[in-house]
Amino acid sequence: MKSAVNANQLNFTYETEPVLRDVSFAVPRSNFFIIIGPNGSGKTTLIKAIAGTLKARSGQLHILGKPIQNFSHRTLAKHIALVPQMVPLEFPFRVSEFVLMGRAPHLGILGLEQAGDIEIARQAMTFTGIEHLAGRQMYRLSGGERQCVLIARAICQEPQIILLDEPTASLDLAHQVQVMDLMEKFKEEKGVTIIMVSHDINLAAIYGDQLLLLKEGQIVKLGRPDEVLSFQNLEHAYGCKLLVDKSPLGESPRVTLVPRKFLKLRANMEPSMIPTSVKKKPPTGPDH
Amino acid sequence: MIAEKTTILKRILTISIGMLLVLIAAAVLGISVGSAGGGFETVIRSIFGKTVVDSSLEDIIWRIRMPRVVLAALVGAALSSGGLVFQALLRNPLAEPYILGISGGAAIGAISGILIGLSQFPGVSVSSFIGSMMTLALLLMISSGRTILRKESLLLSGVMVNAFCSAVIMFLISMTQDARIHNIIFWLMGDLSLAGFKQVILLAAIVIPGIAVIFWLSHVMNLLLLGQETAKSLGVNLKVVTVILLGTTSLMVSATVSQCGLLGFVGLVIPHLLRFVVGPDHRVLVPACVLGGGAYMIVCDVLARTLPRQGEMPAGVITAIIGAPLFIFLLKKSVR
Repeated sequence: MKSAVNANQLNFTYETEPVLRDVSFAVPRSNFFIIIGPNGSGKTTLIKAIAGTLKARSGQLHILGKPIQNFSHRTLAKHIALVPQMVPLEFPFRVSEFVLMGRAPHLGILGLEQAGDIEIARQAMTFTGIEHLAGRQMYRLSGGERQCVLIARAICQEPQIILLDEPTASLDLAHQVQVMDLMEKFKEEKGVTIIMVSHDINLAAIYGDQLLLLKEGQIVKLGRPDEVLSFQNLEHAYGCKLLVDKSPLGESPRVTLVPRKFLKLRANMEPSMIPTSVKKKPPTGPDH
Repeated sequence: MIAEKTTILKRILTISIGMLLVLIAAAVLGISVGSAGGGFETVIRSIFGKTVVDSSLEDIIWRIRMPRVVLAALVGAALSSGGLVFQALLRNPLAEPYILGISGGAAIGAISGILIGLSQFPGVSVSSFIGSMMTLALLLMISSGRTILRKESLLLSGVMVNAFCSAVIMFLISMTQDARIHNIIFWLMGDLSLAGFKQVILLAAIVIPGIAVIFWLSHVMNLLLLGQETAKSLGVNLKVVTVILLGTTSLMVSATVSQCGLLGFVGLVIPHLLRFVVGPDHRVLVPACVLGGGAYMIVCDVLARTLPRQGEMPAGVITAIIGAPLFIFLLKKSVR
């Protein structure tokens, strides 16, 4: 089966600053693919390139087996939906109107939606649990509710790939779990590919089928969470002290920040207390 | 709930018919009122082909008032839909061709055309269009990049472009020696009194196709309000749409400016009022603004004709007296 996204030697330069350097990876279909990395590592640029809103300087990008430049704006929008970090709220749209705009690439020349489109929007709102907000103004919603509306709009677009740019940033704990559960459920029920940029490594570890760790526009490591989230990879990418052990919930790794005041403590720890990922090798370099 | 049973098409039709009635009412008012008298009854009789006692009054109604009312409706429609387009494209509820200096640029072009001695059509219309495109380019250049999304920087650029345009206009006027000065100044302040059938037809030939283009792109304008990234991800070809919308609007605005001078704030007042009434969906808002803007301009012109004891004042004075305070109010509200 063709992969959902296939990037080969992607390069992107913002003015003279290289943002992506020879990035190659493939995202299988129905995968929960999470891109992590420090600020300025090129995560958002990468997601914009996949969304087709930024053009890579060189390299090939295939979407669902076809080169991205072979898609028109409209056709691409039928296959890929983007959930941006935020939306402007100067204009008083209602939630239902906003969700319905996800139908845009499927509508006729005058952009008038039919009963079928309204039904799809209603289902998207039911799926994300925001039916009760339908008549509300967008600017009256809380951050968490707004995120669910953005996701409902993306679902309403009926894409095969959904791109999300840090959907859980600035959300409270309950909404973080809600958003991640929603995307996982959507993936499982509809077979959609989820590609997400996240700052939250622990959420990425729990939900991600595959993780892509970027640093300065280059791939540090690509693979399953337990392959990528090694202590060496993370310290190399983020440049700070971390502790990696197993999540009490199961097999996924758990990453804990180590503030300065605990550094001495770690050095003095009994060997048996140090998690395996720390014990194996000293932090010398990246684990490729 | 989303189950507003009315479909979008029904909503467009209902609101358009409502606004059409408002426009017709304004037009009847515009035709009935004037220094030669008349009144509703005569007008209604005349419209329905009944004989009217006073044939000179009938002449006035059909030859003088009628073209003027139609001209006002076209101008109002062009300016308010133009305002709507700028607000959507720049994602700024305070954008408007006059406030941004686009109208001023068209005026420079038109005055230069008049002074060089070009014919009214196509000469002055073309020079006016060139003027508006040049100020538009200047404006986009000043406020380009990230800053364009910031309300204040865009408006500030507009103020500066406007100040520059005024200076150039004053310069051009001060260089003029002959009797054309009075005409230019009166025209500059927004004047519909020169309406003739030829003028009306020329303007209609530009404004009506322009409105059709804007209506065609009205659903895209909704998506533009979600930001460039999101609009693109929803399948909008941003470059093409921007060029079409800016070109169409500039053409419409410069055509009205070259015919009727500067009528400010129409593109601010009407879209705001109607957005408040019918909501922000452009598929409804575009036809509503076209019809409502026409009605508004007719009423402003009636006021300009009837308020002074003798003669009349430029309609631009009325639109500015109504529009400027509203602008200040909206600015204050948005800053808060």
